[in-house]
Amino acid sequence: MTSLSFPNLLEPRSPMRFVPLAILVAVLATLPFVLPNVWYFDVAIRIAANITVVIALNLLIGHCGQISLGHAGFFGLGAYGSAILTSLYAWPPMLALAATAIVVGLLAWLVAVAILRLQGHYLAMATLGLGIIVSIVLTNESAFTGGPDGMSVPDFAVFGLRIAGEKAWYWVFAGLVVAAVVFATNIVESPAGRALRALHGSEIAARVVGIDTASFKTRVFALSAVVAAVMGSLSAHYMGFITPGVAGFSKSVELVTMVVVGGLASVWGSVFGAALLTLLPDVLAHLEGWETLAFGMILVATMIFLPRGIVPSLVAFFTKKEG
Amino acid sequence: MLVVENLTKTFGGVTAVSDVSFTVEKGTTHAVIGPNGAGKTTLFNLITGVYTPTLGSIRLEGVEIGGIAPEKLARRGVSRTFQNLQVSMNLSALENVMTGAHLELNSSLVAAMVRWPGIAAKDRALRARAAELLDFVGCGRYAGADARSMPYGALKRLEIARALAADPKILFLDEPAAGLNHTETHEIEGLIAELGRRGITVVLVEHDMKLVMSVSTRIVVLDYGKKLAEGTPEEIRTNRDVIAAYLGAETEGA
Amino acid sequence: MFQFLQLFFTGLTIGSSYALAALGFSIIYNASGVINFAQGEFIMLGGMIAAFLSLAGVPLPVAVIAAVVLVGLVGLLVEKLAIEPAGKTDATGIVIVTIGVSMILRGLVEVTLDKKNHALPAFSGTTPISVLGATILPQSLWVMATTAVVVIALAVFFGRTRWGKGMLATAHNRIAAQLVGIDTKRVLLASFGLSAALGATGGILLAPIATTSYDVGIMLGLKGVVAATLGGLGSGVGAVAGGVLLGLVEAFTAGYVSSAYKDAVPFVLVLVILVVRPRGLFGLGPATRV
Repeated sequence: MTSLSFPNLLEPRSPMRFVPLAILVAVLATLPFVLPNVWYFDVAIRIAANITVVIALNLLIGHCGQISLGHAGFFGLGAYGSAILTSLYAWPPMLALAATAIVVGLLAWLVAVAILRLQGHYLAMATLGLGIIVSIVLTNESAFTGGPDGMSVPDFAVFGLRIAGEKAWYWVFAGLVVAAVVFATNIVESPAGRALRALHGSEIAARVVGIDTASFKTRVFALSAVVAAVMGSLSAHYMGFITPGVAGFSKSVELVTMVVVGGLASVWGSVFGAALLTLLPDVLAHLEGWETLAFGMILVATMIFLPRGIVPSLVAFFTKKEG
Repeated sequence: MLVVENLTKTFGGVTAVSDVSFTVEKGTTHAVIGPNGAGKTTLFNLITGVYTPTLGSIRLEGVEIGGIAPEKLARRGVSRTFQNLQVSMNLSALENVMTGAHLELNSSLVAAMVRWPGIAAKDRALRARAAELLDFVGCGRYAGADARSMPYGALKRLEIARALAADPKILFLDEPAAGLNHTETHEIEGLIAELGRRGITVVLVEHDMKLVMSVSTRIVVLDYGKKLAEGTPEEIRTNRDVIAAYLGAETEGA
Repeated sequence: MFQFLQLFFTGLTIGSSYALAALGFSIIYNASGVINFAQGEFIMLGGMIAAFLSLAGVPLPVAVIAAVVLVGLVGLLVEKLAIEPAGKTDATGIVIVTIGVSMILRGLVEVTLDKKNHALPAFSGTTPISVLGATILPQSLWVMATTAVVVIALAVFFGRTRWGKGMLATAHNRIAAQLVGIDTKRVLLASFGLSAALGATGGILLAPIATTSYDVGIMLGLKGVVAATLGGLGSGVGAVAGGVLLGLVEAFTAGYVSSAYKDAVPFVLVLVILVVRPRGLFGLGPATRV
């Protein structure tokens, strides 16, 4: 018996569930008219890029219960794949993006087949190893990547239409955020989404009812890797210059932090977590060097006080349930 | 329906199940009993694909199923519950039951992403059926509850509802009454009897003798991994070997 | 042959410090089933605190001992303030908590000490000793000898003493250990203190050879986890073997293949071992029960 003392905006199938989406769209559509200068556009774009990656990563961590400590590696592969193909081989950006995404998807799928039968710590180790190998290769293959100094990336163009400048890119990234929220919500509310959560809850029970847990984990891992790669590609074109730092271990940890702080298995949690933690370094800009400490404190405090993450905890607080 | 022949499982030199054979007829309720450590759960895990047999064969409707993974066995109509609860606590009661019917639904991620027509409608229909199943096992009042807020006894039934949602040809119940009090055990007994009346083939492992004797068509007794006896409840009740094994076990256990 | 021997010494030295780090991981893993991703920061803290004390004029032996004790206390605090309150979340949750702790420790050093590189004076001079044509620094001997002593001491502790046996029993079966009267909470606390002190020891020993700074903990810690995973999580023998193996492979890769890729070696190794033999070289397989 559930009685809602508060309309649960996030409950699947509730008629109110379109409200948060409508608010998001409204905010994204209004922002360009209120943001004072390009610096704010840049912040908004970085937030949007992180939200998209984190939403997909949350499907893996929150729904499937499989941690990845190497997702920045996929982001980095996407960024460098696009950068190298467009600048050194003069591929059209869209083709480079697609080719890179497919290759990363295949790589992730292969890796997943090998490592997703591992659980918990072992999976953390394996993804961590993978991410670090990627970042070391990017740092060392300077003939292609420019090494630690990084490399510049040509502008993005699709069908002769050039996308350049913060204001143009803003719409691209904003559109992607909305798409990510819609697609992820659709998955979460589908039988496939339920299967993912079921396998997190009890893998053996899920298998017994016919859920091919290995296949689900593999597909979600590959999906989240492809999203990271595509966002890497686009971010590279947007920034115009990339360094191996984008693929580093600390970047991977940052992504996981966003998932956890926002809320495991919560699409809106990802939106919130990514926005909050992307803003944080800018807010702390005058306190140079305090970012690591602040990130760590937020992470540990969340795990101790709100283990389900900020958004699900708030939802639970406003939704009283009687069993 | 189910034919088990010379089934053997060893774990690094220890033989947990040794040369066990028995046959389960369609529409009957078959019990597997035996003292603790007799290999009952191992036997279940072998038949339901959790373990791969070392030797022997398991045939379901004439087809060999030994060593086939649980998720593939589900397609052939094998379903089960667990001795120690395996409920997804992050789901609601209803959603747990709905996962039981996973194979009937479109589980493609891409289709889900774009809300492929039909997915939602089928899922709504399933929701209604799952609610009926919860009602059937006596958990109707928990339909909207989170699994984690449900009492132990209700979770045991929830597992049965989930298994039934798969519309199984054969249903394995691993200690359905374990940890339940007297009244709850009695209710589970009624539920299993009802499954039998509905013509569902049931195989159960259980310690509660009263329950076993009342619901079973046939009983297989295991001791130290070997089949000690098989027969109707009446035959088992009077079997000397069985009495000796149980008395022996009790003296050892005391 | 000369180069081989030289690389062998280098590998053995680094490997010894990895072994200490890996032992730290194994002890905590045994006591709690937790992989402590903050272990690397204990290593860093050891080196940094010793370096700052020594810089402040504290005599070296005092600085060293004080650093080990202080980091041991930090380990206890970490367990009390972060691990214990986080309670029983799943493996993924605990991994995240320890990652958070590592950021806090690193951040604290960054804010309170500094971001510069620091070197600790070598314990007994820097005159290289010549062995069969190759040279070895006295500090390397310190690293290897201390590691050997620590390994023996731990073996005695876990094999002979009540406390050590209690910790092993907890690792084996927590509930059974509680039933026979072992205070498993205190075992967990002690394991963090002990691991932190071990990590600090490694960090201090290494500081005179490779300089230390606030961010060395990430790589050292990760390599320690890799060593522990290679050897088999929770296995003491495995931790030492994994550490030494890792050090040697790294040194030979740097010498014969490519020094740029030496840091990638551990991670390639760990991927291979996880795919081929997930329980590691000496670990026991994970048991599943339904």
